[in-house]
Amino acid sequence: MLLNTLLLALREIRRNLMRSFLTILGIVIGVAAVITMVTLGNGATRAVQDQISSLGSNLLMVLPGQRLGPGMPTAGAPLFKEADVEAIASQIGGINAVAPEVRAAVTVVANGRNWSTSVTGTSNAYFETNNWRIAGGRKFEDNEERAGAAVCVIGETVRRELFGTGSPLGEHVRVKQFSCEVIGLLASKGQSAMGRDQDDVVVMPLHTVQRRVTGNQRVNTLLVSLLDGSDTERVKASLTDLMRERRKLADNEDDNFNVLDTKQLAETLSGTTKVMTMLLGAVAAVSLLVGGIGIMNIMLVSVTERTREIGVRLAIGALEREVLLQFLIEAVVLAALGGLVGVALATIASIVLADVMQIPYLFNPTINLVSFLFSAGIGVVFGYFPARRAAQLDPIEALRHE
Amino acid sequence: MTATVLSRSALDGAPPARGMDDADAAAVAQGTPIIRLRGVTKVYGQGQAAFQALKGVDLDIDSGDFVAVMGPSGSGKSTVMNLLGCLDTPTSGEYRFRGLHVERLSRDQRARLRRQYLGFVFQGFNLLARTSAQENVELPLLYRGQRTAERHRAAREALASVGLAGWEHHTPAELSGGQQQRVAIARALVTSPAVLLADEPTGNLDTQRSREIMDLLCTLNRERGITVLMVTHESDMAAYAKRVVHFVDGRVDSDWRQNSAPRIDAGRGDT
Ligand SMILES: Nc1ncnc2c1ncn2[C@@H]1O[C@H](COP(=O)(O)OP(=O)(O)OP(=O)(O)O)[C@@H](O)[C@H]1O
Ligand SMILES: [Mg+2]
Repeated sequence: MLLNTLLLALREIRRNLMRSFLTILGIVIGVAAVITMVTLGNGATRAVQDQISSLGSNLLMVLPGQRLGPGMPTAGAPLFKEADVEAIASQIGGINAVAPEVRAAVTVVANGRNWSTSVTGTSNAYFETNNWRIAGGRKFEDNEERAGAAVCVIGETVRRELFGTGSPLGEHVRVKQFSCEVIGLLASKGQSAMGRDQDDVVVMPLHTVQRRVTGNQRVNTLLVSLLDGSDTERVKASLTDLMRERRKLADNEDDNFNVLDTKQLAETLSGTTKVMTMLLGAVAAVSLLVGGIGIMNIMLVSVTERTREIGVRLAIGALEREVLLQFLIEAVVLAALGGLVGVALATIASIVLADVMQIPYLFNPTINLVSFLFSAGIGVVFGYFPARRAAQLDPIEALRHE
Repeated sequence: MTATVLSRSALDGAPPARGMDDADAAAVAQGTPIIRLRGVTKVYGQGQAAFQALKGVDLDIDSGDFVAVMGPSGSGKSTVMNLLGCLDTPTSGEYRFRGLHVERLSRDQRARLRRQYLGFVFQGFNLLARTSAQENVELPLLYRGQRTAERHRAAREALASVGLAGWEHHTPAELSGGQQQRVAIARALVTSPAVLLADEPTGNLDTQRSREIMDLLCTLNRERGITVLMVTHESDMAAYAKRVVHFVDGRVDSDWRQNSAPRIDAGRGDT
């Protein structure tokens, strides 16, 4: 009987293909929207989480400036000195490495090719704080760091742009007015969560950059990586105390530097994307509900339209529950069909959009299954009322219906 | 013979014997009517608006009979047909179908009774649109839970028996009125019902088509022993029947057998 009823329902759907298609359109869009939103949201969250793990152990960034935020001038605050690095390394516990950082935009030239990139002046500790692996060649020698030798370690993007497929080791690149030997190549990190190419870097000893590029003794940023298991808040507090002391701030003065916790930032960011995912998913779920109401609407019209047919079915001996089941199954099959088409559509849309947004496409079986079952459930809920109405028709009245 | 009496429990699921079986034959032989109405009334509406469509009808119909129901418009013909067809229940009085008290049955029990024993032919054909003749005829079998192959065979046979072999895959829109009515008759026949009920089956047809339908009903009655009850306004059509019952104002006004001396006997069907 159930099989027969299913056949009846399928026959009815096939008989009214256009109407059936319009009926399920709302469900299709609703399911596709829910799955796409959640899939993309998960992808974005994953991208942020990848970024966190690529940071390695927790990293603190010390930046000059009053307080970070819109409208707060950072220009007036003094930058850091190289001696700050020594002081932090020797006086604060629980830290793994400390590195200074000076950045400048430069154009590098080699093999007759130009490439605009940024140069980072720092120490060997930088490779540790920022989780860089050396893919080929070596880091800086102590005497190179001290003397500010014309040597550099380049990122994968810079290598590709300047040397194509060739090895850069031992080659020379021209930066500003000086020639610089490539002694190392960084292992590729790929894109950051924000879509920035992390491999587009040239790393030199701090003194080299200070003397030959920026022309001053200043350090823009201090990078402090923590040992596994050390208390971030405690390290932050002692770091703040130390820097206040070194910058000779009176008790009533505000900090003129900031200590940023990158992991915390990244976690905040990934928390935000999670909330966004939920919000977008919820909005999409509402559209799914609207799709369900669409089904009820069409089914009610269909019951009225097919009153005579129902009369005939009842007159020739259909039981009340058989008519109920027929209409209910029709609604459920329609809704489930919409769910299936929605899942297919969402898969295509998610893959394409994830590619455009440069986030990973993560197939999420749960949300696909849940959306599909939910759409079938919508068929039951919104199909029941019209179906009951059909089943309870009086056969005589129904047959007389014009 | 107790076998004539239909048990109520048979309508709660188990498929009872169908068609013109030995029990029916015995009933005919014994003169036990397949249909028996006693003091049946039907009131439509309530209070001020109440209208009494049937005012105490007694009627017996023997198995294998061919009865034409006639009477002026509004005399209660359709009302009585709906009652006989178990589509409705009387307001008061008693209706026994093969000994079973129909007025005591639930909606679903009556539906089971219809699907097992009754075939309907409606004035407006009432075929499912955009559905092939074959599928229309299969419909009652679907509700009986018959297998696909069996359904196909039975539907083809039924269509052939009304002269529509080769028209199986035409939809109602592709058939003439007469052909549509024959599809409707095939649908009523396909279950081999004990009783065929037709409310103005020729009402929408021209004389030629009407005669074809009447010939068909006669053949079914004669050759397959199906009891036929038919409402008609035309005495030409009533002439095909073995018996004519006249309704006037919610009562049986006259009741006679044809091809013998007409029996004019006001009100009493069972005398
Ligand atoms: N559902 C209903 N509600 C109220 N009154 C009804 C209903 N059905 C029938 N009637 C009334 O009952 C009376 C008998 O109706 P019925 O349909 O049985 O007549 P009929 O003999 O079949 O007439 P016709 O030849 O026109 O078909 C009519 O006066 C009609 O108005
Ligand atoms: Mg009538």
